[in-house]
Amino acid sequence: MGGVRVLLRNPRREVELSGPVRVSALLRQLGYRREAVLVIVNGTLVTGDASIEEGSEVEVRPVISGGAGWP
Amino acid sequence: MKCRACRAGAVIELPRHNSALCRDCFLAYCRNQVSRAIDEHEMLRPADRVLVAVSGGKDSLALWDLLLDLGYHVDGLYIGLGISGYSEPSAGYARAFAQSRQARLVEVDLKGHYGFDVRSGAAADHRVPCSACGLSKRHIFDRAALEGGYDAVATGHNLDDEAAVLLGNVLRWDLEYMARQRPVLPATDGFPKKVKPLVRLAERETAAYCVLRGIDYQVDECPMAAGNRHLGYKEALGLIEERSPGTKAAFYAQFLERAAGPVAAAAGTNASTSLHPCPSCGAPTTSQLCAFCRLVERAGGDPKKRIPVSAG
Ligand code: SF4
Ligand SMILES: [Zn+2]
Ligand SMILES: [Zn+2]
Repeated sequence: MGGVRVLLRNPRREVELSGPVRVSALLRQLGYRREAVLVIVNGTLVTGDASIEEGSEVEVRPVISGGAGWP
Repeated sequence: MKCRACRAGAVIELPRHNSALCRDCFLAYCRNQVSRAIDEHEMLRPADRVLVAVSGGKDSLALWDLLLDLGYHVDGLYIGLGISGYSEPSAGYARAFAQSRQARLVEVDLKGHYGFDVRSGAAADHRVPCSACGLSKRHIFDRAALEGGYDAVATGHNLDDEAAVLLGNVLRWDLEYMARQRPVLPATDGFPKKVKPLVRLAERETAAYCVLRGIDYQVDECPMAAGNRHLGYKEALGLIEERSPGTKAAFYAQFLERAAGPVAAAAGTNASTSLHPCPSCGAPTTSQLCAFCRLVERAGGDPKKRIPVSAG
């Protein structure tokens, strides 16, 4: 058990926090805007009010991409 | 949180619709938004053969998947840009998707085919990488669609992309660009029809669609994108949207409804009169050689190469 492992992207890195923690609180803690990311907990997409338990694997996946040269 | 439609557990909030949806209702919502966009703007007819511009990212793979599910005949075209650490995995996602849906993926490798990659081409032609990249992609998709006999090229531009481009155009009052910023560009002499069926879906929604459909895509950002202006506009719109959900969609929708027509008239888009076929590749151009063939020549490649696409 122990902790909530959070995978962050761009660049790829991992942080560990203690649970349980609400998704919205976790994002505030890490400094993300809710609408700029998806949060995937143990492989499942979750809403902001979901609670993340100790021992969970979390991915905070950014959704904003920016190429300037697409047609 | 409960699904607003069926009361099952929600997986995603949609603040601009003041709603939250479960997996199944959300996937249905995405299909519905795409078919509404297609109908509303008369993008495609049921029997059309469509070429999707596939990058391996969330938007293009979601688009391909959605169009297949809506029953269209859709092939994908992937262009290898030769951006190390980024292009190889991107191609892998495109191939894996094509295989899983038994769909046809055509690949063109800039280096193998034309003798340059985005970085070297940009340097040789004194452009920034995104400009060389965009020019190459536009050119290759256009030629491939025409030579392959496709009825339309579909690109994965989503609501956030279009709103950000619109904001940039408005900040410069660039009427010419605004006049061309439509979800459908009809086929004209030498150019295929171009459609953007994802304009009713936000970026976060296309990403969620892929996650919920189990579609693996390139999450990492192209290394050339960092810090570009387009991302700044997205950030600014994101802040406004957070305070007043729905603003972004209204900004874009109201542009199409109320401003696009007058803007096009004011911009007086009659440049097509002076177009002639490029002697090297046949693409319409206003200059001697078209911009793409110039880029290829400067980069030391062979612009006369045909694109390996045939009606399948
Ligand atoms: S960020 Fe620029 S170089 Fe990278 S894929 Fe997009 S347009 Fe091309
Ligand atoms: Zn539901
Ligand atoms: Zn040419």
